[in-house]
Amino acid sequence: MGFLDISNVTKSYGKTEVLHRVDIGVEEGEFLVLVGPSGCGKSTLLNMIAGLEDITGGDISIRGRVMNGVHPSKRNIAMVFQSYALYPNMTVGQNMTFGLEMHGVPKPERDKALTEVAALLQLDKLLDRKPGQLSGGQRQRVAMGRALVREPDVFLFDEPLSNLDAKLRVDMRTEIKKLHAKLKTTIVYVTHDQIEALTLSTRIAVMNDGYVQQLGTPKEVYDTPANIFVATFMGSPAMNIIPAQVAMQDGAPHAVLTNAAGETVQLRFSQENMVDWVGRDILLGLRPEALTDPEGADRKSQNIAALSNPVAVAEPAGSDTFVTMTLGGRDVIARLRADTSVTPGTSFDFAVNMEKAVAFDPETERRIPA
Amino acid sequence: MASRADDADFRTKLQEWIPKLVLSPSVALMLVFVYGFILYTIYLSFTGSKMLPKYDLIGIDNYVRLWGLSAWWTAVSNLAVFATLYITICTAIGLTLAILLDQKIRGEGMLRPIYLYPMALSFIVTGTAWKWFLDPGIGLEHTMHLWGWESFEFGWIKDRNMAIYTIVIAAVWQTSGFVMAMFLAGLRGIDNEILKAAQIDGASNWSLYRRIVIPLLRPAFLSAFVILAHLAVKSYDLVIALTGGGPGRATELPATFMYSYTFTRNQMGTGAASAVIMLMTIAAIMMPYLYSELKEKK
Amino acid sequence: MSGATQSTAVSTGRITRTLIYLVLLLFALFYLLPFFVMVVNSLKPLDEITGGNMMSLPQTWTIQPWLQAWSSAQIGVEPTGLRPYFLNSLLMVVPAVAISTGLGAINGYVLTKWRFRGDNIIFGLLLFSCFIPFQIVLIPMATILGKLGIAGSIPGLVLVHVVYGVGFTTLYYRNYYAAFPTELVRAAMIDGAGFFRIFWRILLPVSGPITVVSVIWQFTNVWNDFLFGASFGGQSQPMTVALNNLVSSSTGVKEYNVHFAGAILAALPTLLVYIVAGRYFVRGLMAGSVKG
Ligand SMILES: Nc1ncnc2c1ncn2[C@@H]1O[C@H](COP(=O)(O)OP(=O)(O)OP(=O)(O)O)[C@@H](O)[C@H]1O
Ligand SMILES: [Mg+2]
Repeated sequence: MGFLDISNVTKSYGKTEVLHRVDIGVEEGEFLVLVGPSGCGKSTLLNMIAGLEDITGGDISIRGRVMNGVHPSKRNIAMVFQSYALYPNMTVGQNMTFGLEMHGVPKPERDKALTEVAALLQLDKLLDRKPGQLSGGQRQRVAMGRALVREPDVFLFDEPLSNLDAKLRVDMRTEIKKLHAKLKTTIVYVTHDQIEALTLSTRIAVMNDGYVQQLGTPKEVYDTPANIFVATFMGSPAMNIIPAQVAMQDGAPHAVLTNAAGETVQLRFSQENMVDWVGRDILLGLRPEALTDPEGADRKSQNIAALSNPVAVAEPAGSDTFVTMTLGGRDVIARLRADTSVTPGTSFDFAVNMEKAVAFDPETERRIPA
Repeated sequence: MASRADDADFRTKLQEWIPKLVLSPSVALMLVFVYGFILYTIYLSFTGSKMLPKYDLIGIDNYVRLWGLSAWWTAVSNLAVFATLYITICTAIGLTLAILLDQKIRGEGMLRPIYLYPMALSFIVTGTAWKWFLDPGIGLEHTMHLWGWESFEFGWIKDRNMAIYTIVIAAVWQTSGFVMAMFLAGLRGIDNEILKAAQIDGASNWSLYRRIVIPLLRPAFLSAFVILAHLAVKSYDLVIALTGGGPGRATELPATFMYSYTFTRNQMGTGAASAVIMLMTIAAIMMPYLYSELKEKK
Repeated sequence: MSGATQSTAVSTGRITRTLIYLVLLLFALFYLLPFFVMVVNSLKPLDEITGGNMMSLPQTWTIQPWLQAWSSAQIGVEPTGLRPYFLNSLLMVVPAVAISTGLGAINGYVLTKWRFRGDNIIFGLLLFSCFIPFQIVLIPMATILGKLGIAGSIPGLVLVHVVYGVGFTTLYYRNYYAAFPTELVRAAMIDGAGFFRIFWRILLPVSGPITVVSVIWQFTNVWNDFLFGASFGGQSQPMTVALNNLVSSSTGVKEYNVHFAGAILAALPTLLVYIVAGRYFVRGLMAGSVKG
């Protein structure tokens, strides 16, 4: 049993079930990110943890205590909202201590907590301002400060960075990460931004259509996605999914596919168990960085295959050059080093890191376990 | 396994009840004083009540009687004339003033309150002012004569056929400024970029308003219509103050008819029937509005 | 309304603009004239009115008509002037406005932030109740007020105005609070504030604009009401009813100047409120009830 347990939780609005049997256990000090496309039920799940939405089925417990039906303020949680939800008529200081006041904490203690948190978040100079007089980033910090003073068991964040501009978002991301490293509180964090999910979390729950598609560490989710949805949702540019057949060659299973010139290409699998799939169709999953120029290939990899293919478009993007081409009849993106010279229309020799390749069952779209 | 947190349950449950408890006095008042009373009046309209309520059901006799009364027909046709003119003229003046006032007018801040202030007055005050203003003996006609325009005649208020129009004039005077404010708010709410786009498309001023602006004011038209229509059906005070329903019965409206039949002529059953018909008229006007109001906000 | 800065103005020629100003000024005249005439003539002796021109300023200025209207004019059978009725109106208006606005605020709060199954039906019923012709409730109301023992009294009128005002005040507050972020209420819940505390500490402090609207609306409606006052006023008739009695009394010489002074006295409180806070009213009205 974990610190925060979500077991068998479902949610329905009338007859429509929007969350189906969600099971997530969170350990103390973990940073769990709920990630998924819009409308997949992330906020709903978070609100259920907070007690802002009723639980239709299943249990949510914190520290072993079942929280179903418990008032939000009695769960010892704090929440940071997407719109920050700062009380417009109160000063920053009042905003931050309102929760303590409601919980009957005496004024001297409130002031002490406020001073500490304000120092931590560099809000000292802003305490007498009203929310309307703050910048977006400052409001964001106040919202976090309001959560921090409470010293809750669990922090809940609902897309806290999505109202910030791109640069500020990256800065605040780092700040949140530092804060977590320092305070080691348990956090459940909702976002639809997969980069945020990968950088911040200790574990990720990828959700779609009310189902948890995969629950695992960022590395697990990135390297061994449970299915095609996770594979393409996490990572940018998305993982390439290429139709291929499995065939035996020199006693090893190979992926056989056609390149843009109509030639057959064979790539040896690192996974031995692909022999079970010989003669069948699969979907080969290759991340853009596993499809690169020979000099840029991962030197530690035991299984680099060569692949020659005509290039359709080359897009230099500063740190990398992205190349678009056709492989197995699909558009595929490769990620080359920035100074690689490629000419659209001509053939280029790619290096494929087959150690990182994954294969999916085309019927179920699930990953074929290694 | 985990323990249930029963202690906290209580507060949560209480919190769920408080809102409903808080709402209940208003709901109770409304159910009794509005809907209960409506049902009661509907019931009375099927009884033979005269001076006091009686509970003997006599079927639809009151309605048959009502529609056989020439006084009721006068009231209804007066209402038809009054409502049509009142709504049309108020809307026309309101829209015109709003559009003109929206042309970056200097002194808009002065003009707007001048157009609007009649709305703050009671219909009794408005009636008093206009009754005198329109009185041929001392009002406008008299003044024109004094100014040398001897042939000027304006005796509508004393004229059976024309008196109803004096009610229109006074009512328009009172409400058209308010309608102007509604349209002005509508105009100010229109996205300026749409107008710029239309001007770039080469729309003339006239067609800009006719093809783009006025269609965009649809919600304001709807609100104005609903408010004016319900004010028209409810009109009572103004008639009392301006003409007292006269000359003769020339300016009776359903509202004054209902009052006099119920309370002075002691025909409560018939009065109730007339009130029910007024309610049904308003319900027919309001239903689409209510429906849209509730659907949008869901 | 005056908060909005956009205008749909189009570029127009000189002649057109002159015409526009002309039309606008003519209408201003139309709206001002009756009231102007009333004010001017309330300051004339009676013979100047009957014999003279209503547009001309008084030759002899007098406030006698005002004093008479206020304290000695014949209202019905008693020569009391309008003063006691003015007081009645005041005593009725203050509690009626306060109670209906308070109820409207809390109703609007429940209907937007504590929604429950069927709340829309309740709101629909409330909304419709704003628009009913009051003739439909006159008969039973007369009976009930009698049964409650408050017929013809100020508490009776207060009750009537609260009942038929609460629909509108609820409508205003509901539409206002609907735009208030629900996340704030949720944040306060997590902070441990309960139903009343959230209302008191979070919503009420930002409810100023809509409260102005609600108060002005209710004040104007209650003050200006005639139908209920005439039907249920009894011994406590409000100003409007008294004014009507004064103006339409058929005995003796018609003292127009006194009538005018009385009419202005009856209009004064609402005009004052309108002049002081009118701009907020229209602005809030637009945002609140009428989607223009
Ligand atoms: N009150 C409600 N009634 C009915 N359906 C609802 C209600 N609230 C949410 N839903 C539905 O539940 C699903 C999940 O909503 P939720 O707000 O949790 O999505 P989300 O993952 O947070 O999306 P986003 O990234 O856009 O915030 C959506 O399909 C939504 O339409
Ligand atoms: Mg969400």
